[in-house]
Amino acid sequence: MIEFSHVTVTYPDAVRPALSDVSLVVEEGELCLVAGPTGAGKSTFLGAINGLVPHFTGGRLAGRVLVDGVDTASNPPRELASVVGVVGQDPLAGFVTDTVEEELAYAMEQLAVPPDVMRKRVEETLDLLGIADLRHRPLRTLSGGQQQRVAIGSVLTAHPRVLVLDEPTSALDPTAAEDVLAVITRLVHDLGTTVVVAEHRMERVAQYADRLLYLPGDGSVRSGPPAEVLATAEIAPPIVELGRLAGWSPLPLSVRDARRVAGPLRSRLQKLSVVGSTLSVTGQALDVREVVVRYGDVLAVRGVDLRVGPGEIVALMGRNGSGKSSLLWAVQGSGPRSAGKVDVGGVDPASLKPRVARQRVGLVPQTPADLLYLDSVDAECAQADVESEVPAGTARALLDRLAPGIAGEAHPGDLSEGQRLALVLAVQLAAAPPVVLLDEPTRGLDYHAKRRFAAILRELASQGRAVVLATHDVEFVATVAHRVVVMAEGEIVADGPTKEVIVASPAFAPQVAKILAPQPWLTVDEVAEALT
Amino acid sequence: MGSRALHPGAWWAWALALAVAASRTTNPLLLGLIIAVAGVVVANRRSDAPWALAFRLYVYVGALIVASRVLFRILIGGEDGGHVLFTLPRIPLPAFAAGVSLLGPTSAEELLGGFYDGLRLATMVICVGAANALANPKRLLKAVPGALYEVGTAVTVALTVAPQLVESVQRVRRARRLRAGRTRGLRAVKGIVVPVLEDAMDRSLRLAAAMDSRGYGRRAYLSSALRALIAGCVLAGLAGVCVGVYGVLDGTSSWLGVPMLAAGLGVAVVGFVLGGRRVRRTAYRPDPWRWPETLVVVAGVGACALLFVSARVDPANLYPSLSPLRWPSLSPMPALSLLIGAVPAFVAPRPPSAEVVR
Repeated sequence: MIEFSHVTVTYPDAVRPALSDVSLVVEEGELCLVAGPTGAGKSTFLGAINGLVPHFTGGRLAGRVLVDGVDTASNPPRELASVVGVVGQDPLAGFVTDTVEEELAYAMEQLAVPPDVMRKRVEETLDLLGIADLRHRPLRTLSGGQQQRVAIGSVLTAHPRVLVLDEPTSALDPTAAEDVLAVITRLVHDLGTTVVVAEHRMERVAQYADRLLYLPGDGSVRSGPPAEVLATAEIAPPIVELGRLAGWSPLPLSVRDARRVAGPLRSRLQKLSVVGSTLSVTGQALDVREVVVRYGDVLAVRGVDLRVGPGEIVALMGRNGSGKSSLLWAVQGSGPRSAGKVDVGGVDPASLKPRVARQRVGLVPQTPADLLYLDSVDAECAQADVESEVPAGTARALLDRLAPGIAGEAHPGDLSEGQRLALVLAVQLAAAPPVVLLDEPTRGLDYHAKRRFAAILRELASQGRAVVLATHDVEFVATVAHRVVVMAEGEIVADGPTKEVIVASPAFAPQVAKILAPQPWLTVDEVAEALT
Repeated sequence: MGSRALHPGAWWAWALALAVAASRTTNPLLLGLIIAVAGVVVANRRSDAPWALAFRLYVYVGALIVASRVLFRILIGGEDGGHVLFTLPRIPLPAFAAGVSLLGPTSAEELLGGFYDGLRLATMVICVGAANALANPKRLLKAVPGALYEVGTAVTVALTVAPQLVESVQRVRRARRLRAGRTRGLRAVKGIVVPVLEDAMDRSLRLAAAMDSRGYGRRAYLSSALRALIAGCVLAGLAGVCVGVYGVLDGTSSWLGVPMLAAGLGVAVVGFVLGGRRVRRTAYRPDPWRWPETLVVVAGVGACALLFVSARVDPANLYPSLSPLRWPSLSPMPALSLLIGAVPAFVAPRPPSAEVVR
């Protein structure tokens, strides 16, 4: 269905080609997972399938890409629209119309599909994706999972043979991600659509994939059955790492398969206990009482109480729109707060000037780039020193500890997600706040970057800072958080040590916990440490 | 009568007809009546979509126009022998600007003249605002002929990105506080504009990529001679229309008016039809044109036409006299004819409520 033969993609001014001499075949009806570290060329690979690379992005493509027998070199993306459907990372950014129904029809209008056929296909697609009740809703009012399903539907109506998805679940909470994945597997199994998915959170998709395309980062692509490729891949989901540790072969990719072979491991672990130290918190770094955030008629946060001690890492979890971000902003004092009290070292940050408030509470927002406006990393660091009233070089030194090797003259816009996050973190930490708040920091980070980031958070905690992070990433929470707070509808519904809260939860339990239940193991590292 | 969105073309025809009517009078009573008619219809038939809230903005612009007109009359006044209301110290100008004087005595005639003039323009602006508030701009673009497709796209992208731009300005301003940066004043501009523009560029590019990969811009092959002919027809036609509209509004010359307008329209239509063949696309559930649409257009055009007829009977009524100063009068014929314009407030179907509560 998709055939790459000796494909090399070179962007102008690039040191090395994004893809070099890639030859592979994706058969019809396959669900194909594209994985690899950030910057390995995943987006380039996906773009090459429908001709966005090089027709839209520029650069030079040597070799040949055939999709359903059509050469992308001579056909721009618009001509391939009836063959390949592409769903981008942020569905909202790709919406052209206002309502669900119009959005579903858009591609067909461009392809000059007769009106009666359009009417029929829209109805079919609404049913296929289970979004019939949303048909008249404005797109902006939909939740993230609903938007993603509409975006998939909007390309499906053109009846493409191939569906390309870029990070379809990375912004979604675990439950919404399940909904989207269910739709994707249904397309593969019921309609025989060939699906190509890029995803950082491999643990979500690996078990459904027929083929794994692994991009190690040197421009090459390794293609094969997921279990085989993952056995040697540098980055792998927790289930694979556990499998490698236990020496399972073939590697199981689903929790079910892993549980079936995990019997011996479980009985070995029965006798051992989790190493790791329990954190004893003394004192309070952050005290939040009865905080209410109201937007018009909507109550985003309804009377939340939260206490965080120095050295504690607290994960804030919950659906999209459950009030996590609103709470963080209200605590920092820059966001609205309708009622309640926040106490950081005896003062309310909202009553302070921004310059002083950021020395008490640092917040890294969901889109870290919002904080960056200068044209080089050095300029940003210097500005941060001025803002924080600290000796020159403080921010730069912090950055070098967080992410070594970032060139000072680099433009912040050219950094990778992980580097940009590190830069913003350095800018915010320059003020040395005792409380650090992070909103969805692991979005777009690969496993390596996440591991480094986890180490950074642990270091911050060991310096006695209180860290609160809002996230959907259960695996990350399992590795780093001491305590988990679950929010729903603006209220706290669970608050307790990470183990107690997430092990029992069907949505929030990490893979290792699911495999080794009822024993309370959360991460591969814990298991490895206990076994040695 | 079920609720549905009226064809956007109908609202525009109605509003433009009212605007043309406004252009033919300086009688403040009649102009006020037109504003009232437009306001009533907007209040009754606008949806709760974001663009519908723009009407207030147009009213503000209208007020600004009136105020600036009056101010200019005070500024560049002169002695015209009218009733002087107040005298400001005159600012002498150098010799080359002889005949022009700044400030000085201001007469009632001058002020009223400025007010009438400004009000006429403001009324026309408010009429356009009414059309903007009532018609969904994206639905209107769907009805745009194929030849104007590219223009339509640019507007679509702008319409999609603009509200997001407002959002990202708010987001970035909020984020500025986190770095203790300024959120107001000139020095804050860089810190806000740079991330917002980067964000907007990014969004526009992603939107364009999404549109491209969904088949936007597919076209049939046309020979270059035909393409040149199309461009020529459209340009010549539109130029003709412009001249024609000027002629009609001017109302003094005979051949520049209706004949020129008709000829221009004809040529432009030929261009559009030819150009439309280039674009192959279909419309999903296009807005139907039913009797309410026709009624709305008839109400607008009817009001305008009747006003024109009444002008033949009693032109003095439309242009109240400034010298000698006289109270503008309102006679029943033009007033009643304008009231017809308010009919859509009752005959047009109610718009569907856009937000179905979650």
